[in-house]
Amino acid sequence: MSTLYSKLRKPIIEGDKSLSQVTDDVAKTLETKPTKLWWFAFLLALTALVAGVVAVTYQIKMGIGTWGLNKTVGWAFDITNFVFWVGIGHAGTLISAILFLFRQRWRTSINRSAEAMTVFAVICAGLFPIIHMGRPWLFFWIAPYPNFRGPLWVNFRSPLLWDFFAISTYFTISLVFWYIGLIPDLATLRDRAKTKIKKAVYRVTSFGWNGSVRTWNRYETVYVLLAALATPLVLSVHSIVSMDFATSVIPGWHTTIFPPYFVAGAIFSGFAMVLTLMIIARKVLNYQEYITLDHIEKMCKVILATGGIVGLAYATEMFMAWYSVNEYERFVFINRALGPFAWAYWIMVSCNVIIPQLLWFKKLRRSIVFVFMMSIVINIGMWFERFVIIVTSIHRDFLPSSWAMYKPSIIEIATLLGSFGLFFSAFLLFARFVPFIAIGEVKGVLGYGRTNKSAPQIGHTPEPKLEAVEE
Amino acid sequence: MEEKKQELYGLLAEFKTSEELIHASEKAYKAGYRNMDAYTPFPVEELPEAVGFKKPVLPLLVLIGAITGGVLGFMMQYYASVISYPLNIGGRPLNSWPSFIPITFEMTILFGAFTAVFGMFALNGLPKPYHPVFNVPRFKLASRDIFFLCIESEDEKFEIENTKKFLEDLKPREIFEVDP
Repeated sequence: MSTLYSKLRKPIIEGDKSLSQVTDDVAKTLETKPTKLWWFAFLLALTALVAGVVAVTYQIKMGIGTWGLNKTVGWAFDITNFVFWVGIGHAGTLISAILFLFRQRWRTSINRSAEAMTVFAVICAGLFPIIHMGRPWLFFWIAPYPNFRGPLWVNFRSPLLWDFFAISTYFTISLVFWYIGLIPDLATLRDRAKTKIKKAVYRVTSFGWNGSVRTWNRYETVYVLLAALATPLVLSVHSIVSMDFATSVIPGWHTTIFPPYFVAGAIFSGFAMVLTLMIIARKVLNYQEYITLDHIEKMCKVILATGGIVGLAYATEMFMAWYSVNEYERFVFINRALGPFAWAYWIMVSCNVIIPQLLWFKKLRRSIVFVFMMSIVINIGMWFERFVIIVTSIHRDFLPSSWAMYKPSIIEIATLLGSFGLFFSAFLLFARFVPFIAIGEVKGVLGYGRTNKSAPQIGHTPEPKLEAVEE
Repeated sequence: MEEKKQELYGLLAEFKTSEELIHASEKAYKAGYRNMDAYTPFPVEELPEAVGFKKPVLPLLVLIGAITGGVLGFMMQYYASVISYPLNIGGRPLNSWPSFIPITFEMTILFGAFTAVFGMFALNGLPKPYHPVFNVPRFKLASRDIFFLCIESEDEKFEIENTKKFLEDLKPREIFEVDP
């Protein structure tokens, strides 16, 4: 049966899929044995994770004196990694909440995996402040609860505490949002599960979902509400992270531009990570018809826009330093661009501002290899942005006699490596055990861009057969 | 409750496309059936209206939840900073409300979102370990590519013969009797 295409809109999903094909395509990854490539990637990630675990165990036993910090540079690698990972997470919420509110329906095929990425990135982020506490087993002291220490309350006027509330709320909401979206798909898996264990697991985790119109309607309402709640939340989270710096009196940190600057940077880096993961996943899991070149091009456009904001922020900081006529403020920025950490500054500028300008060319936006390399470049650049902001602002402070340099210790590098290991092992496990693409949502957009509205008539629809889900 | 009504949960009609299901639901609603439900593999627009589903109460609940969260969040900070453990820092006001805003905001979002999620679970009756429609073997395909309309025996107009005939006129692929 030939499909009539709309003249105005391109279908989001390529390849004339029928409803049952979507289910089969997505479920196939979960029902086949993992490939050698998957095992290789997983073992690599696991090795990095083990290195991280060893490093963290060592530094908890010995104390954070094992880091390269000194009296002048009291924040460096650890907080850099924290801000880096929180930033990565923002793209997932942007895709699942903000793009949803703007009715960008192409998001359906990437939102599941982007949300999973958010959850794992926030876990990685959360580890760093906890390790930084030095006595991580007492981390619950940061929660306000009646206690026998006075009762002594946490300091509600401290941005560090705001951060605790922001990150933990963000993590909870991201996890819940992700799981809610997962329930209908778990029901789909339940209905086609073959082994007893799988049947039991999916029966429990899908909560008895039956796809009734009433449940779907409430589900959609909840989705809109959560999106509307998560949108201001995601903007607040990185704003509050930036206040960790902005509310201090350190030149280079004490600026009002920080919240929007950090949020734009977070979305910028997050989309780069989404691209890195998606480009690999669509190839390895064979999802090219779901995550199409159009998806990649659209994400490149988001990167171009947010990268522009980031570039503007760099320029504004420089301008304000000059315009403020404040000796210390001016010095910090001259020191950033020309001082001992100039190499880091120029890596940041070239990776985040100069090289991404190539994305203005449509041909490059649609070149998989180029976009993949670009996403790696941006990831590196954004890590260095946080490093530059944190270390260059404090390593040469008001008093030249206390100036110092910072060099990360092997323990700190291993911890960073470990966080990447944790992130990728979690993501690889997710790709094996959870539907990588939101089946229910993709089914809803199958009719998009086609003149006949009801989806199952599209393409070569096979007769629905019960054998398809049974032996 | 009458004897007959306990025998069956309802009649389940299978349709191939979402459009057929919408038409069928509209006709059933016009014919006076109220206790019915439609089952689809993905959310279908227009269908809630077709089966006569009213707008959900959830948004109001979420608003209440969010406001509660905000108020509680602020009160917690006020109690700690002004009543339980007042700290005089250079004579600054104890109720320094601007610095309480971020946490108040986060608590608003947190409570709002929890109300949305648990409210949805409660209204949908999830987790639901048993539902009669699963007694029909072909219902497994409802999460795949088939659309079902179920007229329940609870309905006042439900009479097995008449309802079956009515459903047949809607031209479904098949009709199943659903055991309770």
